[in-house]
Amino acid sequence: MRAYKPKDDLQAKAYYTDRYYVAPQVPKSAVEDDEIFAADLEAIKAKFEVKEAYIQVEQMVIYINAHDIYGVLELMRDELEYTQLSEMSAIDWLAKDDTFEIFYQMLSMTKRKRIRVKYFIKNGQAVDSVEKLFRSADWSEREMFDMFGIEANGHPFMKRILMPYDWQGYPLRKSYPLQGDEFAAWYEVDKIYGKEARDIIGPEIRDTATVDRYDSERFARLGFEVPKGTKITGNEERNPQEYQEEGGVFLIKKYTKESSKVIDDPQR
Amino acid sequence: MAQVQNRLRPFFENITFDRDDNELVLNFGPQHPSAHGQLRLMLHLQQEQIVKAHPDVGYLHRGMEKMAENMIYNEFMPTTDRMDYIASSSNNYGFALAVEKLIGLEVPRRAKVIRMLLLEINRLMSHLFWLATTALDIGAMTVFLFAFREREYLMDIIEGYCGARLTHAAIRIGGVPLDIQDSFLHQLRVFLNKLPQNIKDYEDLLDSNRIWLMRMEEVGVIPTEMALSWGCTGPMLRASGVAWDIRKEEPYELYDEVEFNVPYSDKGDNFARYRIYMEEMRESAKILYQCIDMYDECVKNGETELMAHAPKYISAPKLDIMTQNYSLMQHFVLVTQGMRPPVGEVYVATESPKGELGYYINSQGGPYPYRLKLRAPSFWHTGILTDLLPGHYIPDVVSIIGTTNIVFGEVDR
Repeated sequence: MRAYKPKDDLQAKAYYTDRYYVAPQVPKSAVEDDEIFAADLEAIKAKFEVKEAYIQVEQMVIYINAHDIYGVLELMRDELEYTQLSEMSAIDWLAKDDTFEIFYQMLSMTKRKRIRVKYFIKNGQAVDSVEKLFRSADWSEREMFDMFGIEANGHPFMKRILMPYDWQGYPLRKSYPLQGDEFAAWYEVDKIYGKEARDIIGPEIRDTATVDRYDSERFARLGFEVPKGTKITGNEERNPQEYQEEGGVFLIKKYTKESSKVIDDPQR
Repeated sequence: MAQVQNRLRPFFENITFDRDDNELVLNFGPQHPSAHGQLRLMLHLQQEQIVKAHPDVGYLHRGMEKMAENMIYNEFMPTTDRMDYIASSSNNYGFALAVEKLIGLEVPRRAKVIRMLLLEINRLMSHLFWLATTALDIGAMTVFLFAFREREYLMDIIEGYCGARLTHAAIRIGGVPLDIQDSFLHQLRVFLNKLPQNIKDYEDLLDSNRIWLMRMEEVGVIPTEMALSWGCTGPMLRASGVAWDIRKEEPYELYDEVEFNVPYSDKGDNFARYRIYMEEMRESAKILYQCIDMYDECVKNGETELMAHAPKYISAPKLDIMTQNYSLMQHFVLVTQGMRPPVGEVYVATESPKGELGYYINSQGGPYPYRLKLRAPSFWHTGILTDLLPGHYIPDVVSIIGTTNIVFGEVDR
């Protein structure tokens, strides 16, 4: 019987894990350990609900409610001096509990501190755009939409950014295969030559490591290459791949090791 | 084979180029030579003035974040080279540092010094490349040739170290794979001794050049608020009046032990950015001199370790692998299965030549990262063109793209 492969997570998996292996944790510390973070957390807690907060690898992580995000970031920007949104994106937890985790990486240059604001949304739910607060969210939210299919409410131009506008599927979801799906394999053929050319051209080979070892025309005929379509008899003439022509080329000297000069010192 | 009619048509059939209101839509790129890669700009023009700009990216998208989710940590290292391929060691370094922070590794001092040497050489390479290409865009062919000559010396040094000129993969998680070659420091010293004169040569050609000043001064002014809001970092932010350099503010490696200044300007225009690149080259040279001394000190103190000692995550030195059974077994498991960092997440920012290069890694304890987000500075430096270009004229587009120093391997990832 073939091994069952879950359809909602097609990414590479460890092929062997020790039965008794317990993964260690990156240590977390309490927010109270850091004065600045503790003060920031107090300020946020005064107005919004904070579900969880801790410090991990020198940065504070806080979990909030999805509908509070605009307010929290506004508070952080205007009152807590977190003036830059370095990065934002999503994490796919669809296979686990049908949710996405969204994170916003904030930077305060005056305090030299970084906070990661996070929340969960259900699959199909949209997030509130923070593009009005940070222009950088304009492109980040578009990228998130492009890669995960999460829309941002109130975004001025919610279109794909890295993939073509007419692309189907969301590449960074765990359910999307690494080499692309059926649509991806036909996309360029359909676009350039039309659907009717599918039979002639065939699907795009999207696995870059593919080697067809039964392809005797193009593979493993080094030095005996023949034009495509030629019938192979086994008595092909040798077709040597010379780096330089034997008779020499007009004005170009043939390279020999003896006549060449080696420069030892590249600085000259 | 039957001939197939090619139906490739431009993608902008739905755009009217001449509009009733006299607004012209100009399609700039994606194969424009001064776009520094695959940037397509849709420019709405009133006469020669831009009223609306719409940058379109994604022509070099290779899905690196997806690839990372399907690779073991060490396997991903050469892929990071392909982000900012002008200074690829800085990408390697950012990733290595992020994984080290996740695991909680301390790298041996000698490896740190070598890393700093590589990083600063990469910064110089990147800045020289920037100067060359931008000057060429503006029309200064001589500077292009001069700067490429100097960059060639640096690439030779790097080639001697790791065998590659552009895609170095010169840094490993936990240290560096090799000690620097014998000629490294000598060649570097020779280069650095010439560098001040070289920089002066460029400046003599450009600083008071009428054409250069007309294309640079008061063009592409980015106010501080705009730079912050758009997530600008690196020279783009420093030219807009914020002296923020991650090497100084959140020091990694041995940057807290070296002395250097952070040049910044409050002008925010193209010329300010140009001046910052020039000054940063001088500061990099200063750091490199100090790194050479630090390296000599390491040699004197007999510090030979190049990789951290952490058998769970890092393979033992080659000598141990060849002589000790347990080291060989560890090595075998680490190569075939990959290291398994602890469960947790980390965001680490480093100062790459272009700006803040950040790696967000979410590990679930497996040999593959569960989520890896690459924060590439050029992505936002391209985005800012939306707000920056309106009001400027067509020739300014070229000089503004030039000074933003965007690299499309990094924008599209």
